[in-house]
Amino acid sequence: MSDHHHKETFITKYIFSTDHKMIAKQFLITGMFMAIIGMLMSAIFRVQLANPGEYSILYELLPGGWLNEDGGLNPDKYLALVTMHGTILVFWVLTAGLSGTFANFLIPLQIGARDMASGFINMLSYWFFFIATVVLLSSLFVESGPASGGWTIYPPLSALPQAIPGSGTGMTLWLYSITLFVVGSLLGGLNYIVTILNLRTKGMSMQRLPLTVWALLITAILGVLSFPVLLSCGLLLLFDRSFGTSFYLSDIIINGEALHNVGGSPILFEHLFWFLGHPEVYIILLPALGIVSEVIAVNSRKPIFGYKAMVGALLLIAFLSFIVWGHHMFMTGMNPFLGSVFTFTTLLIAIPSAVKVFNYLATLWRANIRFTPAMLFAIGTVSAFITGGLTGLILGDSALDINVHDTYFVVGHFHIVMGLSAIYGMFAGVYHWFPKMYGKMMNKTLGYVHFWGTFICAYGVFFPMHFLGLAGLPRRYYTNSSFPMFDGLADINEIITFFALAGAIVQAIFIFNFFYSIFKGTKTTANPWKSNTLEWTTPIERIHGNWPGELPVVTRWAYDYSKPGMDEDFVMQNVPLKEGEKEH
Amino acid sequence: MKKSIKEKALKQLLWVGIVSISMFFAGLTSAFIVRKAEGNWTEFILPDWFIASTAVIILSSLLLIFVKIRLRKGKSIFNLLFTTLVLGIIFSYFQFEGWGQLTNQGIYLTGEGSNVAGSFLYVLTLSHLVHLAGGLIALVFSSVKSKLNLYSIDNCLGLDLTINYWHFLTVLWLYLFIFLKFL
Repeated sequence: MSDHHHKETFITKYIFSTDHKMIAKQFLITGMFMAIIGMLMSAIFRVQLANPGEYSILYELLPGGWLNEDGGLNPDKYLALVTMHGTILVFWVLTAGLSGTFANFLIPLQIGARDMASGFINMLSYWFFFIATVVLLSSLFVESGPASGGWTIYPPLSALPQAIPGSGTGMTLWLYSITLFVVGSLLGGLNYIVTILNLRTKGMSMQRLPLTVWALLITAILGVLSFPVLLSCGLLLLFDRSFGTSFYLSDIIINGEALHNVGGSPILFEHLFWFLGHPEVYIILLPALGIVSEVIAVNSRKPIFGYKAMVGALLLIAFLSFIVWGHHMFMTGMNPFLGSVFTFTTLLIAIPSAVKVFNYLATLWRANIRFTPAMLFAIGTVSAFITGGLTGLILGDSALDINVHDTYFVVGHFHIVMGLSAIYGMFAGVYHWFPKMYGKMMNKTLGYVHFWGTFICAYGVFFPMHFLGLAGLPRRYYTNSSFPMFDGLADINEIITFFALAGAIVQAIFIFNFFYSIFKGTKTTANPWKSNTLEWTTPIERIHGNWPGELPVVTRWAYDYSKPGMDEDFVMQNVPLKEGEKEH
Repeated sequence: MKKSIKEKALKQLLWVGIVSISMFFAGLTSAFIVRKAEGNWTEFILPDWFIASTAVIILSSLLLIFVKIRLRKGKSIFNLLFTTLVLGIIFSYFQFEGWGQLTNQGIYLTGEGSNVAGSFLYVLTLSHLVHLAGGLIALVFSSVKSKLNLYSIDNCLGLDLTINYWHFLTVLWLYLFIFLKFL
């Protein structure tokens, strides 16, 4: 790898780039594109829930054949929208869009490396992701429609092509797409781990790593350990679908005809799926928490409180995430004793989570806070993590979970704890590192409007869902107007839809701000937030290799903010210790 | 980047990849155990061909141990690598023969007469063979490079990666064989 900037063509600079910074931007732009699609899908199915069976102008966005004769949304396609929304948001936006962007962008820059261990594998990682995106989106245009059995693709709906329209070609494309996605994620994850372990610059010990890098490292380890299990789960499903094996199928009659499948178990699928599925929650969440650690410390002008405890909490959360998958399966006829074991391990996660929240609050306590848009979103992440975490205590307890299983209570919970926390963290990261990515500043006022609009609308959507769930309203139903017992909840559904649509419009402000600022934003200075980490020691103009001369040498941790005896309220990691100065 | 650091990083990349592949097989074998415990499971005898293929792959790994020794002495390693490649192909052939022996016993991957026990065996052995195909491709490249004398003891990263991956494939097969034979 060249240590210095070299001549690049358009193709090698913007398309098949091996520069981690460009690959990060590719992940970000693709992730944003998918986020818009996923958000529009949710807007459409929310309109259906507010006005069941009625025509809406939003339906004009859909491919042909998705509407029934009255102009309303076809029930099959409603299920397809819900499935694709979940798939896109969980995997494409909050896994690849978040980790892919910030792991690629920050790891080499914050550890003082010129690039990833293998630029080629890094490039492959993006292009696998890109092809997976094309395959997934192509499933929207097949005659029988995309996958419709929910993002968790439980068999038998996913295993029998003839089960429902969405079990056909759309489901096959879903499986191919997710396989490509997992391969891309694994290639990325391998690279992140090896880069962090081997390419840290002189002086950058593990104890001096910014918490962002710690979070990204642990996320990558989680991915490398859990995604292959999803592959094995998908492989067995593919055999059931394509070759007629019976891993997940047994004693099924379709249209009066008994299938030959005997002895399979759909519960087996759930075990394998959730062995990935729960670590996946933390694959989504930990990068956001890493970003938040950095943004909160920088904008509090204080060292992060309890650095070692933060690292320990990340490690403990990662470990526990592998032994709690059963809490997604309390309703599968699980032995009550086993259920209580999963309840115990699940509730244990509250301990490291509480450590993190306490440390964030302690960092903010009596701090000289700068309320930048990034800081607002970072605090929003902590807030959503608390709110969603509290309802997690209810769902993690088997005795309580059974009462609200598969209701809107669950939808409200995971959207707040996982969706909002992670997307707020992602926004915080974009606002904070935008100057480093594009050499320009984003508009602050639009950032504030974006934050408050998003914050209000998001709670407007997900907070009332808890009440719907407590009232027993099941999730994924095409309409709630067919059941007199839910008639009283119609108004709440309309309110939720209003906030969902308003929230979608607010995101347009962010999209505008993002692209406008790339071209017309004010130019940034080298270190606009007065940060300590190494990425702010690189030139404003992007160069492949990051630093024009020698690599910086690190002499201190990343959190020397407001340190007594120093000239300014921040000291960059490459500034040598003064004579007699002690490291934190 | 210093060459030594890059080499260390790429070797580590392979090892982390191996951990990842191991998790894939851990997922499949865990599913095997869980499913078997639920009953409706056909017992059958593992084909003799699999015993032969086990011997072949162990032999291939043993040969690879001598590659670095010869390279250190400046001797040609082509014959060793090529023989390993041939043994790998023989291993693959034996696997196919093993599947043939299974169908003769009435153990099928799929179909009305199949049982999930047989399906698992086919999926596990097939998955191993797919990973072995990667090893065979790497051996082809290594053999060609050794024929062209492109390796030296100071310049053999690709060779090291190939050898390590092949040893992993051997260990993985041993695990699967013991697992299928005795569980």
